[in-house]
Amino acid sequence: MTKLLYYPGCTLKADAQHFEESAMCALKELGFELQELERWNCCGTVFSLATDNTMFHLAPLRNLLRTREEGGDKLFTLCSMCYNTLKRANKLFNEDPEKNDKVRKAMYEEAIAYDGKTQTLHLLSLLRDEVGFDTLKNKIGKGLNGIKLAPYYGCMLLRPDGLGVDNMEHPRVFEDLIRAMGAEAADFPFRAECCGSYQTAQQPEIVAERTRLIIGSARKCGADAVAVSCPLCAFNLDQRQAIAARLHSDFELMPVLYITECLCLALGIEFKEPWKAFHYAPVDAVIRKMEKKA
Amino acid sequence: MLKEKGGLSYNTKMEIETMDIKSEFAERISEISGANLFKCYQCGKCSAGCPMAESMDILPNQIVRLAQLGQWDEIQNSNTPWICAACLACSVRCPRGIQIAEAIEAVRQICLRNRNSERRLGLSDEQIKELPPIAIISAYRKIAE
Ligand code: SF4
Ligand code: SF4
Repeated sequence: MTKLLYYPGCTLKADAQHFEESAMCALKELGFELQELERWNCCGTVFSLATDNTMFHLAPLRNLLRTREEGGDKLFTLCSMCYNTLKRANKLFNEDPEKNDKVRKAMYEEAIAYDGKTQTLHLLSLLRDEVGFDTLKNKIGKGLNGIKLAPYYGCMLLRPDGLGVDNMEHPRVFEDLIRAMGAEAADFPFRAECCGSYQTAQQPEIVAERTRLIIGSARKCGADAVAVSCPLCAFNLDQRQAIAARLHSDFELMPVLYITECLCLALGIEFKEPWKAFHYAPVDAVIRKMEKKA
Repeated sequence: MLKEKGGLSYNTKMEIETMDIKSEFAERISEISGANLFKCYQCGKCSAGCPMAESMDILPNQIVRLAQLGQWDEIQNSNTPWICAACLACSVRCPRGIQIAEAIEAVRQICLRNRNSERRLGLSDEQIKELPPIAIISAYRKIAE
């Protein structure tokens, strides 16, 4: 078992518990054990885009510092927004001497000084670079053969350029993973189109329209389900289907699954009953179909 | 440069220097965001790819133009900064390398710091129960200075 220092972030302890649990189950099967950081704090969810206020970067940097305190140099994340915020904060720390100075000074009370050496590792990179899709494919075999999944990257796994898990405009890591699981990856034009993000709090109707477009596109591609890796994308694409259905009588619900839930099914791991309650669009039918295949 | 055509002579050279159209607001935005709005040539690519454009009263490229011209009132009264989802699609696609999402963050910051646009999430208990922490925290972050 390889131990990975793991940063859950807030939502994996709340609305996305099934994301965390399914990741733990699937990764265990692949030889990884997630060891949660002993002490961590919310990363702030969004990287601060205003350059004249560095204080917002302290939250993500402190988590990277905790990793060093626990003797690690890699911090594993599942949530795309945490991944983005942690990784960008580290880049800023290492590449902007003026801000580096400011945040260092603000962290004077910490037991050790942060050295900028914690790398943020996302699930998709781990599966591609450390497990390897060929190895995964061999292990899975036929897996989810006959299932078509629409890979939804959203924004924060890809942008800004150079910080994401793959090429910004032509990513393939999600598709490759889906194929390694034996399923077919839908050629899905909305895969990197924003779901409306945090606007879901104040503009749920606008977000529901985004959901309708994105889900509608996945349906046109013939997908059985949409696969995601971000709890905010998951909420918007799944829970906001309720409003989309209310506003449009012809809207049909589509299951939205975390990629780790799919991975469990591909690896022949049972889809746990309590995970179902976290979903809005019913998942029973697609899970039955996937279970039969795996 | 004077050109002769059909017996008429007219001036084909137009000189607009960034010096002449400098606006205090564009500079303020640039200070906060690092984006040089004067590089914009109004191709519209930012707005074409903006997922929230349909719900905005002023498009992202128009925000840039208005900022160049110092039309702060229009920008300040627009819903655009509060509809933008900070998805970064505009920033990564601008052929002039202008960080528009960052510029829009700067607009939000200026409004918030001016204290003339008080923003509250005003979520009901029901909404707080429904929304995941990631949605509430990020929405708050965008109205925090
Ligand atoms: S994409 Fe860039 S150059 Fe084109 S209109 Fe937008 S800001 Fe201006
Ligand atoms: S960052 Fe804002 S303005 Fe730019 S494309 Fe996304 S939603 Fe539109």
